[in-house]
Amino acid sequence: MSITVKTFPRLAEAAGALSQDRGARFLAGGTLVMRSVNEADLAIETIVRSTDPSFVHIAVSSGRVELGAGVTMAGILAERDLAYLHPVARAVGGPAVREAATVGGNLFAPSPYGDFTAALLALDATLMLAGGFGQREVPLEDFLGRRDRGAVLVSSVVFKRPAADAFRFLKVTRVHPKGVSVLSIAVQLPSASGRISGARIAYGAMGPSPVRAKAAERALEGRTLDAAGIAPTWAVAADGTAPVDDAIASAWWRRKILPVHLRRLLLGAAHT
Amino acid sequence: MKTPIQFRLNGEEVATFVESGANLLDTLRESVGDLSVKGGCWQGTCGTCTVLMDGSPRLSCVTLAETCAGRSIETVAGLRRGADLHPLQSAFMERFAAQCGYCTPGMLMAAKALLDKNPNPTRENVVDAICGNICRCTGYEPIIDAVLDAARSDNRRRA
Repeated sequence: MSITVKTFPRLAEAAGALSQDRGARFLAGGTLVMRSVNEADLAIETIVRSTDPSFVHIAVSSGRVELGAGVTMAGILAERDLAYLHPVARAVGGPAVREAATVGGNLFAPSPYGDFTAALLALDATLMLAGGFGQREVPLEDFLGRRDRGAVLVSSVVFKRPAADAFRFLKVTRVHPKGVSVLSIAVQLPSASGRISGARIAYGAMGPSPVRAKAAERALEGRTLDAAGIAPTWAVAADGTAPVDDAIASAWWRRKILPVHLRRLLLGAAHT
Repeated sequence: MKTPIQFRLNGEEVATFVESGANLLDTLRESVGDLSVKGGCWQGTCGTCTVLMDGSPRLSCVTLAETCAGRSIETVAGLRRGADLHPLQSAFMERFAAQCGYCTPGMLMAAKALLDKNPNPTRENVVDAICGNICRCTGYEPIIDAVLDAARSDNRRRA
């Protein structure tokens, strides 16, 4: 069966085409969609893409960051204002994958992939969705719960720039420097008077999609960032997670090592 | 449905027709006839199909051919400098950096992408540059040594 490729100059037009065709998939960098095409996935009848410049635009201004969903990991690494995201982008594939893999594509990457999305979840990102209805905003956390339902086109991702040194990330792999996640952890740790206030912790590969560690966040509230202060997170680190057995690690192993790596990350002793 | 595309391949203009939805790897091998590019996984995982697009490494198996229109593509077939092998090719031979040879085209292009941007790489830079390319024979060490040798010899040649 042949595939039709449709290219649109504007994202809104691409979103319209996507919503009208159940056999259509949006192609950004190709690392996910082309895999399926190569496997002769019969569900893909149309590839929709867009050359809209806004899709690959990065805007950083007065604390607000907007990443076009077509921005690649290499694009993130080339942006000095996004230095806190460089360890995350570097954790996605090798150099050739980073040239193609996009912020938007990562939102749809099945577990155990999607490390960049875990970082965006810790940053409390909002997605801008394009569609036949126009543009609308959806919190990333809401989106992840229903990302497999319906054709949506993410045009960009928006979040507040984290305070200096407040954002941390680690990825646990069996192969270095590039390997698939056993798990990944991203944390944003705002503090007031030396105590954590409003922490956000997100895990990759600890469920079907990246997930927040709300119990661990609550355990950190008002605590100091030292061994005694973070101690309550140990017992609740894996609460709310639903890891699976796969070729990389068992669910049991993922749960077992999660508190260890969370502790290391919180204490600034993680080796990524 | 066939779609016409035109791009530069190793400095030469190429015009061909591709099946709609075809990847760059199959296009290079089957439509253009450049068999220097190898296919391994067609999943974007093994790195053996690595080519350079506008100077940056790309996995040709997961690159939609139609996105290459107007771009510059480099493959191992274009590595030679006239009658001479590229310093990377010479270093791979001297260091026995190829055994079965299947990963070699991708390794060479990943290494070229590095040396074109960073003529004086550290060992860590080399490891990162080839970390997306799988080799099941060499254990990687001869490849890393060869890339470092090539950088040194190319720098000597330029000096």
